Amino acid sequence: MNKLMTLGDVVGQLRDGMTVGFGGWGPRRKPMAIVREILRSEVKDLTVVAYGGPEVGMLLAAGKVKKLVFGFATLDAIPLEPYFRKAREAGFVDVMELDEGLFQWGLRAAGMRVPFLPARAGLATDVLTHNPALRTVTSPYDDGEVLLAMPALELDVAFLHVNRADRLGNTLVTGTDAYFDHLFARAAKQCFVSAEQVEERLSLDAETARFNTFERSLVTGVVEAPQGAHPTSCSPDYGWDMQHLKDYVASAGEENGWQRYLDSYVTCDEAAYRERNGGTARLASLPLPIF
Amino acid sequence: MSDNTFTLAELMIVAAAEAWRDDGELLASGLGIIPRLGASLAKLSHNPDLLMTDSEAYLVEEPVPVGPRGDYQPKYAGYMPFERIFECVWHGRRHAMIGPTQVDRWAQTNLSVVGDYARPKVAMLGVRGLPGNSINHKNSFFVPNHSTRAFVAGEVDMVSGVGFKEERWAPGMRRELMSIGRVITDLCVMDFNGPEHACQVLSLHPGVDFDTVQARTGFPLRKAEGMGETPHPTAGQLAIIRRLDPHDLRSKQLKGNPRGIRSAEEIAG
Repeated sequence: MNKLMTLGDVVGQLRDGMTVGFGGWGPRRKPMAIVREILRSEVKDLTVVAYGGPEVGMLLAAGKVKKLVFGFATLDAIPLEPYFRKAREAGFVDVMELDEGLFQWGLRAAGMRVPFLPARAGLATDVLTHNPALRTVTSPYDDGEVLLAMPALELDVAFLHVNRADRLGNTLVTGTDAYFDHLFARAAKQCFVSAEQVEERLSLDAETARFNTFERSLVTGVVEAPQGAHPTSCSPDYGWDMQHLKDYVASAGEENGWQRYLDSYVTCDEAAYRERNGGTARLASLPLPIF
Repeated sequence: MSDNTFTLAELMIVAAAEAWRDDGELLASGLGIIPRLGASLAKLSHNPDLLMTDSEAYLVEEPVPVGPRGDYQPKYAGYMPFERIFECVWHGRRHAMIGPTQVDRWAQTNLSVVGDYARPKVAMLGVRGLPGNSINHKNSFFVPNHSTRAFVAGEVDMVSGVGFKEERWAPGMRRELMSIGRVITDLCVMDFNGPEHACQVLSLHPGVDFDTVQARTGFPLRKAEGMGETPHPTAGQLAIIRRLDPHDLRSKQLKGNPRGIRSAEEIAG
């Protein structure tokens, strides 16, 4: 079994109008090498499902997004995601704005192949007002409680970035927090994983094997993408790149700033991308953020 | 002993710490520097039973100082990644202090957008965890710029966190799991424990009068019984705060880092 693919192969699986989930959390462990490949492609009209970081802003800036399913979009140290903000304020993207917890509940429902899961989050707020598709359900038991029925967030494709993988699709997330990548993997028809390092076959001790958070039968393809989360962080390997993120934010305030950003960083292959950001050694030494 | 050389930020940290005084054993989450220092101070003084994290993914019994850590090595006591945070939130044993952009007379909060939802004047972060937090556990608010823009006259523009507005609740929804703790601002400390959950001023910061607070609030306020002056930090509290914030990040949280005891002109801004 060999699931190794190239970035081009992976993005070649996308079709206009697909629903696509991105793992990670805000500016943390986002599959950015894959995102850049999407930016280089012709694909459009995507429904993007994410705990949003710069991938959301970039895909919006590039006009790839028809609808955004999200609980937030942020760069953390820089609270407001600049292109998300622009897109929202211009009113040109459809949104399904969800509570963070409700969001993972929807992924979980999809992964369990049930139509919805009940929750309280969202009741008595404008999450209900602005998402007329969301419905409530009454408990069939004696309590009769009214709950929000969070519909399954079914994904056509999930993209994740992990620390280590092998050609069979076994993966390890060795960072501080595995976030919800396992739920994205299970909610998707196809899941493609980029990894800092792809080995022939993982051969681990029991302690290390516990960093595996979802099984390979969920993984369609694996791509080797060293520093492939840049400019987001990839704990414990490297931190986010504030210098790059500041330049990204600055571009949103410039005339033709997005084109300038693309020309500076995206219209090249990943090896050249690393060089344009100071080279592999610099990227590997980016310090982990302190919270 | 009262130390009169304290800053407004330090006064607000001490006021924030009071929010967790009677909570017992639950997860204290202070979001932002002043709330986090408040939670840490609470754990190191009047409520050692509180659970806290390193603001990333691990539980700690000794609050982690804010900012660059130098030689300081956090001492982990457990694990609390985001997935378990949601489990904890929905179970209810948590008290968060958050910084909403808008708060209304019903204690509803907004962190999503200002203006029209379809085409907002300002798009902020999104609702984040406010809907789930607010309906499942206790929440306090930190508002560093007390104004009618923060404490709005009508309803908040996008209700992100639930409150006490009757019309928002349908029959059968469980309302009793929510509660509001304290509201810490740069002028005063408030809660929503007045008659029918009316907002009331518990204490005024030094030099601030009630009319000033009312003028900067978009809805009517009550004076809580026994409303007095917000307690000044003690020397012991200030020593703990300095240890928790060795780089003085607290001095950068409020515009101009005002003194704790301000003149009328300083309060008028």
